[in-house]
This record gives sequence, structure tokens and C-alpha cells, in this order.
Amino acid sequence: MKTNNLILQTITKFVAFILLAYSIYLFLAGHHKPGGGFIAGLMTSGALVLLYLAFDLKTINRALPYNFRNLAGIGVLTAVLTGVGGPVLDYPFLTHSFGYVNLPLLGETEWATAVIFDLGVYMTVIGITLTIILAIGEDS
Amino acid sequence: MNNLVIWPIIIPLLTGISLIFLQKNRVAQKSVAVMGSLISLFYALFLAYQVKTGGILVLQASAWQAPFGISLVADVLATLLVVTANVVATACLYYSFKVIDRKQEQFYYYPFLFFLLTGVSGAFLTGDIFNLFVFFEVMLMSSYALIVFGGTKPQLRESVKYIAINVLSSALFVMAVGYLYSVVGTLNMADLAVKIKEANQVGLLNTVAMLFFIVFALKAALFPLFFWLPGSYSAPPAPIAALFGGLLTKVGIYSLIRVFTMIFAYNTGYTHTFLIWVAGLTMVFGVIGAVASMDVRKILAYNIVSAVGFMIMGLGVFTTVSIAGAIYYMIHDMIIKAALFLLGGAVITVAGTANLNKMGGLIKNHPTLGWLFFTAAVALVGIPPLSGFTGKLLLIQGALGAGQYWITGISLTVSLLILFSVMKIFLYGFWGEAKTSLQVKQGSTKGLLWPTALLIAISLFLGLGTEFFYPYVETAAQQLTDPSDYINSVLKE
Repeated sequence: MKTNNLILQTITKFVAFILLAYSIYLFLAGHHKPGGGFIAGLMTSGALVLLYLAFDLKTINRALPYNFRNLAGIGVLTAVLTGVGGPVLDYPFLTHSFGYVNLPLLGETEWATAVIFDLGVYMTVIGITLTIILAIGEDS
Repeated sequence: MNNLVIWPIIIPLLTGISLIFLQKNRVAQKSVAVMGSLISLFYALFLAYQVKTGGILVLQASAWQAPFGISLVADVLATLLVVTANVVATACLYYSFKVIDRKQEQFYYYPFLFFLLTGVSGAFLTGDIFNLFVFFEVMLMSSYALIVFGGTKPQLRESVKYIAINVLSSALFVMAVGYLYSVVGTLNMADLAVKIKEANQVGLLNTVAMLFFIVFALKAALFPLFFWLPGSYSAPPAPIAALFGGLLTKVGIYSLIRVFTMIFAYNTGYTHTFLIWVAGLTMVFGVIGAVASMDVRKILAYNIVSAVGFMIMGLGVFTTVSIAGAIYYMIHDMIIKAALFLLGGAVITVAGTANLNKMGGLIKNHPTLGWLFFTAAVALVGIPPLSGFTGKLLLIQGALGAGQYWITGISLTVSLLILFSVMKIFLYGFWGEAKTSLQVKQGSTKGLLWPTALLIAISLFLGLGTEFFYPYVETAAQQLTDPSDYINSVLKE
């Protein structure tokens, strides 16, 4: 069945970017305020799923030729290795560390190793969500 | 601060993750899996030795002090079980190499196996009840994936039941944790032990204790909550069933032992008497199922249920000797149940059927398999030089010492029936007229026997080397009945 998706496709082109931008905001906000890797990952996968819905699997797979299962693996690996950083430097497992640096344009900025862990969570959530949704979607 | 404790969880986790990337490459997959399993096993042995000689090791994860952060605690019981879990997982892994075909390997079989081990080791090592829940989930997620491996019809049917029952028990688990937290205000096991002793375990705390009992009883398959087990554990392929039979229920029993010795141990007249009743009923109903069944896998699965009864009997009697017996029996059972499930798988492979009525005379063509099975069966029952004997002796010694005569009687009768139920496999399957000779296509046991022989050798060692091994178990039991050591090492860091 061929349907006319013009409205959906046009809107998706804008909305996907808003969703992606908002997911980055959520990801960075998560350190002190509500947000974080998990919810940001869900938001990003939401944007990607919207793209898959508006266009079709083939088009998006050409634009994003990634294996999402491996992405999940990379995510978990990142998170675990962040934790292992503690024992390597003789701190307890998962100990996190933070500090402040002066960046050009941004001024004094906080850095925290927990963000790397969160990045792992972010990638895992995207990887798993899309694996599940695509597995169901590709079925038919 | 002691990072030694975290590695039994991290090593299988990292192995599992790296196996995700090697999905396409069979040789690399297998060699990484072998390496990971060996490193993990030897590390676990090293940790057990460290804990036995140097006392309880504690890690306060991410440097948050107990009772606020998550503590990981390696006491003798935890490390002994981690070693045993690693032994079982390693044997099942080598067995899988022959059984799991190329197509299934591509569906991330090995990563899930290692994630399961991660969850099991984590559950043993954690010192925090909520963290215990988390590791339960890690373990269950992998088991959900493993139970459908192969995708046959009975597997899909049983996996629905299995997932439903476990989702229910997980929900109850979270509720119980919530109640506990709202009553006591802490979830750290050492802190709980202190606070519940002070509060004298009255009123609501008994309710919470019973809620925890239901949660863990569902996992451990105690009467009357064992109904899901025989079906679920007889559906998947042999190495997965062996992993489940050897590890999953035992995590439930471990949690029961941990919770009802260290934490809810101040109203034993109520809780522990109840445990003895349940233990008796579990033994009896489990063994009735085993005796009545004619399917090899069902017989073995029902035997898990009745063995669980023995361990809970030791917990219910609640003396140092009986708890040592329960621990000894648990370690023995993890190894021998895995061995029996693996052998059962080999029997089904060579006979082409799981139905005992259609088998016979296997011993003519497969003598090694036959005698291995015989040894494993008598070890299960507890004939002296093998490992089951010491555990049962301690259990019965403990029960008689505490004046629990009728449960002793039941357990001895049940032992005889267990003997009958496994000998039935031997009599019908290995003796008698060969019925499989008519079938041209017979499976071979090549590569299936040595992992099992290894497990049986360990069982033999547990039996003959009791002198060497018992001090470990005794220390583990002492640390449980007198938790002051545990509490001091967690809270006074």
C-alpha cells in the first residue's frame, strides 16, 4: 500500500532535529538536574524511530549504516570501563571524579567522569531500543 | 576499600561484552569464551583463598560509605558459591561447544551465558538488598534469552510461564524492599542485621520477612511455589538446563539463607518453624514428581525441587552444624545437578528420545556414559565416598541435635525415593534390551562427556576431601550464625 506521507515527512525533517537537540540538552542536564543518559537515549531513539516511520527502513538504513547491537555493546563497554577506571587508579570501583576547567566561549565549565558513564548508558539505550523496534519492524 | 571483590563480577561482564563484537567469528568467540571462563574461575579460587585466610573483604562501591552506598561483601559463603558457579558455568560452556550449533551461536549465546554468570556472581557478592534485586534482574534477563534458545514449541510455551512467574516475583521483590526500607530505613544487609536485632523483629517486620520468603521461594522453587520449575527447566537444551538447574534456583536459596540467618533471625519460633514445614513438603512433593515421571528431563527437574527442600531444612533447623550442612549440600547440589542435566542431555542425544519407556540397553554402546551417570546418581543420593554424603550427614546431625526428629525421618525416606527415581533412569535407559539399535541414526557423545567427568571428579573430591574442604564451610556457617564479623567489616571501614 502506498500512502502519501508528505505532511509527516515534512514535519519529521524539522521535528527530528528538535528532538535530537533536546536529547543532547537532557543528556547534559542530567548531571545536576532531571535528565541523564537513559532518558536522552530514549529521546534520541524516539527521533530515529520517527525517521524510520516517516521514510522507510531502506532510506534510513542507507543514511545510518550502523549495527545497533554493536552500539549497545560499545555503550556497555564504555560504562563498565569508566567503572574499572577506579580500581586501575586504586580507588573503589565506580568512583567518579570531577573538576572545573576554563573553556573558550563557555567560561568555567564542570567536567565529571560520570558523564562518560552516562554516555555509555546513552549508547546502550539507543542500541537496545532500535534493535528491538527494528527487529519487530523488519519482520513484516 | 578493597577492589578484589568486584572482579568476579567484572571479568564475566567484560568477557560477555567482548563476545558481542565477535558474533560473526566462531573461533575467536570460542577462544575468548574459554579464556574468560578460565580467568574468572581462577580468580574466584584466588578470592576464596584470600577471604579464608585474610577475613571478610568489603568494597564500598564508588567510595560511598556503608550504609549509604552499595557494599560488596566477600565472605566465605559468597566466595565458595562464586567458585562453584564458575565451575558449573565453565563445564556448561565446554559442553555447549558441541551442542549449540552455528546458527544459534550467532544469536549471542555466549554473551548471554557470561551475563548470566555476572548476575549470579553479583547476587552472591552484594551486601545490599536492593543491589541483590538488580543482580537478580541481570541474571533473569539473560535467562529469559537463554530459555528460548533454539525456539522449539515447548520452549516458547514454557518461556511464557517462566517470564510471567519471574516478573511477578520481581514485582513482589521490589515491594518487599520498599516495605523493608520504610520500616527500617536501610537496605544494607549489615545495617539491617543491626537494626532488626535492636527492633526485636516484631509486627510488621515479620510480614516483611514472609514477603521476602515468598519472593525467594518463587525463585528457589519451594512448596507450593515450585509448579513452574519442572516445565521450564526441562524445555531448553541440556547445557542451558544445566546452568539453570545448577545456578538459578541456588541463588534463591542463597538469598533465603542470607536473609534468614543474618537479618530475620530473631523470631525463629515463627519463621524457622515455618521453613521446616515448607522444607518437608517441598522434599516430599518434589520426589513424588520425580518418581512418577517417565521423562528423563522431568525426573531431573523434580529432583531439583526435592534437593531444595534439603537445603531449606538445614536453614530451618538453624544451628551452625545444620547451616554448614545446608551450604555443603548446596555446593554439592550445584555441581552434581549440572552434571546430571548434562548427562541427561547426552542420554537424550544417544537415545533420540527423553521417554524412558522407549529407551534401553544404552550401556552396551555407551559404557562410559552409563557409569558416569551411575556415579552422578549415587553422588546425588549421598553414598559415602561421594559429595552428597557429607552434606546430608551434617544436615541430619544438625536436625537430630536440635530435636527435629520427624523432619529427619522425612528427609531419610525422601533420600531413598530420590535413589529410586534416578536409578529408574539407569534401569530403564541403560539396562535391558537395546531399543535404539533399530534406529540407524544415533547421536554421539563425543565431546560431551569430559566436561561432565570433570564435574563428577570435583564431586568426588568434595566427598573424599571433606577434611580439606569442611573448614571453609564451617567458617561460612559461623559467619552466618554470628554475623558480628560481617557487620564489623562492613560498617567499621
